[in-house]
Amino acid sequence: MNLVVKNGRVVDPARKIDAVTDILIRDGKIRAIGKADNADLPQFDATGLIVAPGFFDIHVHLREPGTEEAETIATGGAAAVAGGFVAVAAMPNTKPPNDNPSITSYIVSEARRSSPALVFPIGAITKEQKGETLAEIGEMVEAGIAGVSDDGKPVMDGRLFRRALEYAQLFDLPVIQHCEDLHLSKGGVMHEGAMSARLGLKGIPAAAEDTMVSRDLILAEVTGGKYHVAHLSTRRAVEMVRAAKAQGMKITAEVTPHHFTLTDRAVSEYDTNAKMNPPLRSQEDVDALRAGIADGTIDVIACDHAPHHINLKMLEFDRAPFGITGLETAVGLALTQLKLPLPRLIEMFSLNPQKIMRITPWGVFEGSGAHLTVLDPSRQWKFDVNQSRSKSRNSPFHGWELKGKAVGTIVGGKVVYEDRK
Amino acid sequence: MALKLSYQLMTAAEVRDTLEALADQIVSANGGRPVVLLGIQRRGIPMAQRMAARIGTRTGQQPQMGMLDINLYRDDLTKVATQPVVHRTEIPADIDDKDVILVDDVLYTGRTVGSALRALIDFGRMRTIQLAVFVDRGHRELPVEANFIGKKITTKQTEVVEVRLAEIDGEDAIYVMEKT
Amino acid sequence: MKRKDLLGIQELAREEILEILDTAETLQEISTRPIKKVPALRGKTVINLFFEASTRTRTSFEIAGKRLSADVVNVTASTSSVSKGETLIDTAKTLDAMAADCVVIRHSSSGAPHTIARMTKARVINAGDGAHEHPTQALLDALTIRQRKGRLDGLKVAIVGDIAHSRVARSNAHLLTKCGSHVWLCSAPTLMPVGGHELVTENCEFLHRTHSMEEALQGADIVMMLRVQFERMDESFFPSVREYFRYYGLTRQKVEQAKPGAIIMHPGPMNRGVEIATDVADGPYSVILDQVSAGVAVRMAILFLMLGGQSS
Repeated sequence: MNLVVKNGRVVDPARKIDAVTDILIRDGKIRAIGKADNADLPQFDATGLIVAPGFFDIHVHLREPGTEEAETIATGGAAAVAGGFVAVAAMPNTKPPNDNPSITSYIVSEARRSSPALVFPIGAITKEQKGETLAEIGEMVEAGIAGVSDDGKPVMDGRLFRRALEYAQLFDLPVIQHCEDLHLSKGGVMHEGAMSARLGLKGIPAAAEDTMVSRDLILAEVTGGKYHVAHLSTRRAVEMVRAAKAQGMKITAEVTPHHFTLTDRAVSEYDTNAKMNPPLRSQEDVDALRAGIADGTIDVIACDHAPHHINLKMLEFDRAPFGITGLETAVGLALTQLKLPLPRLIEMFSLNPQKIMRITPWGVFEGSGAHLTVLDPSRQWKFDVNQSRSKSRNSPFHGWELKGKAVGTIVGGKVVYEDRK
Repeated sequence: MALKLSYQLMTAAEVRDTLEALADQIVSANGGRPVVLLGIQRRGIPMAQRMAARIGTRTGQQPQMGMLDINLYRDDLTKVATQPVVHRTEIPADIDDKDVILVDDVLYTGRTVGSALRALIDFGRMRTIQLAVFVDRGHRELPVEANFIGKKITTKQTEVVEVRLAEIDGEDAIYVMEKT
Repeated sequence: MKRKDLLGIQELAREEILEILDTAETLQEISTRPIKKVPALRGKTVINLFFEASTRTRTSFEIAGKRLSADVVNVTASTSSVSKGETLIDTAKTLDAMAADCVVIRHSSSGAPHTIARMTKARVINAGDGAHEHPTQALLDALTIRQRKGRLDGLKVAIVGDIAHSRVARSNAHLLTKCGSHVWLCSAPTLMPVGGHELVTENCEFLHRTHSMEEALQGADIVMMLRVQFERMDESFFPSVREYFRYYGLTRQKVEQAKPGAIIMHPGPMNRGVEIATDVADGPYSVILDQVSAGVAVRMAILFLMLGGQSS
């Protein structure tokens, strides 16, 4: 694909670029950065907009194979580009789970065929995500995985998790852990606190996450493995990650937009669109997450996009599944809720995710894949869940007024999403 | 809805005299037989109490007394959208074969009395049910008439007859008010 | 009743609580008549929708509705059919199709009545949802207390048992603190809810928590014992029945720590010998049977206040 991105403010902190200029794209790759007068090529007018290295959401559930009524690789990809993401990393808890190279290959080829966004599969750590024996990680690497995780579930067995951290180093793969001690959290459906006590709902204590983060950080130190904490949600966990980083450990951590925006008060009317795991927690936890974002303790914003068919979310709070969608609101929430300097925002949405995952990186440099996100930080808009490109509607942000939006997504030089006023 | 005084129908003295006269009529009409006075909530109750005292003085025998709240027996047309407060109902246990005198302040459409009759059916088989009212103001919607009437007047439907009794309102009087 | 539904005590104002109790007191007389019926709710349809078994509460609502001449229908919805994918919205739509005026719902999931109430035109009464609230139980407890003690303020009420999983404890905590009485929640540490010190959102200083039954019972005017569920032992909340009874069961000696004339209450059904000794349950200060009679009166009052007005 050929394209000229004209007149945008191009910002790539990794290459120290921040200037109003043009980007010339030929055959899907960036050929030149600088004034381009190629009137013969298709133009994308980025006047007044920000052009950044394409955003990458490294925690997304695409539900294919197995639960296509909630989402497919095609619709998940469409939602991703509508949220400004050129790429997503897909978690392995599909049906069947992605624990072997044939499922990985299926996902890769289906994504190539139908998804406007790049899809990097994440392979399971253990066979069938049962937490008992290692999955065929090496073979999955050859098929194209960019990381490993048993997300949805933690790896409870310390010895097995240690093996995973050691073995994954062979392939320089990040090991991503959903931190939850299943014994401590058993039966819980929301954050354990005053709100859960009042509502009569079983709580998931912060301790369920903290005890596992604590254990994992020790194992990461002992093994030297590349450890990444998924969806941090507690004050204590943020503090532990901060301390570990201060000691020079190469661990990374992510946070979701809903965790830095909402507290457990969102559950007060038993709204199942406020039910997810880890749950929305207290104001104290939200404040700690925001501080962790500001001071660099948290590296990445990833939305944990977890679509569910509308029928399933219309059940009693106890019985509804965990999870909300998030691809189309992530950037808007980050711009509205956090007051981040632009380079930091781009770091969290693009540069750091690329550093963590095992992929060929892109950016604003000659020879890079032409994957760009175009932002309008001052666009006022209202999120209408019924217009979402996802198949599912489980979002607590319907009707929210947001300021700041991704208004263009370019993948391989092709404009796959555009939102002109 | 605001009310404006149209005229005063009875003074305190007239109120007291009328109640005594009603009590005397009840005694004569019932040939000295013991009666049960049932006050209809709310103002029927102090009326019945005073009449019972008078009958007790006259005959040497205090009649049995009771009270009836008709809010549980309203028909559809008299039901109110906002819930009225339900007051006590106390009916003497041995009501069979007795002469029961329903006592109420104003007889208007007759629906309150209709509700009271519906209520009494389930309490036993009385010998007679009679009705004593302070004011009969006309405009009946049911075939109901009182046996004992304090005063009979004609009224407009825009008027409201207010019976005031010291036990509830701090004074004895009857006013006719106009809705404005 | 101005609000559409009665889903919990938490959202009620003190005046609303007193209105229900006053109305209940006047309606209680109906149950003493030879013909225990008034036509107040003639032609109204009340559906008892019980997703969780309960003979006691359901029968109480049924009698209450029938004494007011309402048509009461019992529907026992088994949760297994719901687990086959039937959603609460289908239930709500069915109720509207049947033109129910009022639905009484008991469900094992906290919040289920709220969800159904949002989706149906019928007025919803919560007869117990999960561990969340059981408003009519708290109201009948309050009526019993008021009739025995003459007031609802300035009392010390000890509630002893599995507080963490008890909707009765929550509803009573809300009601009694709103009315100005001190509530002492007492249980083993494993059975006290985390965050329980914020269980009520107003009059919080009237709510106390303790692990010591002695401290809870000391000078109490009212001792309310909660039912213990045996399944709790499987989840290691306490090691055995014997141990539970020793530390948290109500015996005659423990009753003597309360104020002389203290009344003993229990929402029923009782586990004799687990949370309450037989001689205490049947003793002179037990008002457990009064609670049953108050239950019918309170439920009559609520049905009357909700449905007794003009047909719309």
